[in-house]
Amino acid sequence: MTICESLYTQYDTRYVIDERTIMSVRHALLALLDEGPKYGLQLREEFESSTGEVWPLNVGQVYTTLSRLERDGLVECENAVDDDRQRDYRITDQGRIELSDWLRTPPDFSLPPRDELVIKVLVATRMSGVNVHEIIQVHRRAMVELMQQWTRLKEDESELDLGFALAVDAELFRLDSVVRWLDVADGRLKRASLESKDKSIPTMPKYRRRVGL
Amino acid sequence: MSVLELLKVGKSYGEGASEVHALSDVDLSVDRGALVAVMGPSGSGKSTLLTIAGSLEEPTSGDVVVGGNSLLTMSRDDRARLRRRSIGYVFQDFNLLAGLTAVENVSLPLELDGISQKAAHGAGMTALEELGLLDRANRYPDELSGGERQRVAIARAVVGEHQLLLADEPSGALDSVNGEGVMRMILAACHRGVAAVVVTHDAQLASWADRVVFLRDGRVADQTMAPPSPESLLDPAAPTDLEH
Repeated sequence: MTICESLYTQYDTRYVIDERTIMSVRHALLALLDEGPKYGLQLREEFESSTGEVWPLNVGQVYTTLSRLERDGLVECENAVDDDRQRDYRITDQGRIELSDWLRTPPDFSLPPRDELVIKVLVATRMSGVNVHEIIQVHRRAMVELMQQWTRLKEDESELDLGFALAVDAELFRLDSVVRWLDVADGRLKRASLESKDKSIPTMPKYRRRVGL
Repeated sequence: MSVLELLKVGKSYGEGASEVHALSDVDLSVDRGALVAVMGPSGSGKSTLLTIAGSLEEPTSGDVVVGGNSLLTMSRDDRARLRRRSIGYVFQDFNLLAGLTAVENVSLPLELDGISQKAAHGAGMTALEELGLLDRANRYPDELSGGERQRVAIARAVVGEHQLLLADEPSGALDSVNGEGVMRMILAACHRGVAAVVVTHDAQLASWADRVVFLRDGRVADQTMAPPSPESLLDPAAPTDLEH
């Protein structure tokens, strides 16, 4: 296995786990039920609407989550019938406390995520015969093309839903931060190359340990 | 139809060992109604490209064609006339004249071009109205907010029959919301048929463009492809796998 394959596999596993913790359907459903009792299908529609339809959700996910919330005492079913579609859910007092705590708990950003792009660029700096600036530009262009797509979605202000606009802005700022990092990396590598073509890239042992390289 | 064409444009400063190539063999074509963004690090030649495109500076090699007219064969006076009639500029620091009101700033290029004061004033008011600044028309620049000043600068750039808008870091020091507002106005001008080139280091501003050109060391290093429809980002057929 090459170094690239090894790093990618590690990254991929970790990334999928991180992604799941970013958006909690569980708490989003509690927030919707905080407005009043609702059916599963209604919850799915309102979830998608409140996230500007940026995060589609299948109805199976809704019912699985609701049954877990019910198991944990955070929601209760008003009419215990067998057909999921007929069940009317309401939030419990414990559910309200859970929701309130969740809203005020900052996400854990203390550890840097295992970022595939960072790893690709770091690997490229160590490979002979690879122009790291060309690699950086490939990714910069891809990020900007994605940003163009997201920006098109908010072009028509008259049809811009507030929740959707906030979600699109968040995605644009996330992609923008990637482009900025690529710009800084590009400049830093250019300066390093000018200063000493023989020296290897300076390393940061503590950081390297934290990101698991 | 191309409103602006840069054909193998090169620009050098200095001579001999101290010669610096700011631009080399740059080809760029901008159609009517198109918005093109130019990105690149400091010193990549972005601003030089813009000043040459706007005939504020002459290229060392190559040619610039604006509205079908080659600048290479044009007299100095003809170039000045073309600048006044066809090209509008938006600068980072607005460049409004402090002693003139908003509408006077906007109508000045038309008056300089020989249009009557009354007609120029009318065109200036129309441009300000389109940018929501009618109630600010008689204010002086120091009585306007940063966002309003930049809107006046954009009104001045698109007033009359300008067919080409050139903007250098047009959001300047404005915050993100006002920066987005500036790009919306430039895009609206493009929808009316103006061709625009925006130089910026800001990817969020550049993402409003139809095409993004990346400059590096004075050369066009890359450019974006036409992106797929944005609806592909919201494909409901692929529900996100989320925590339950």
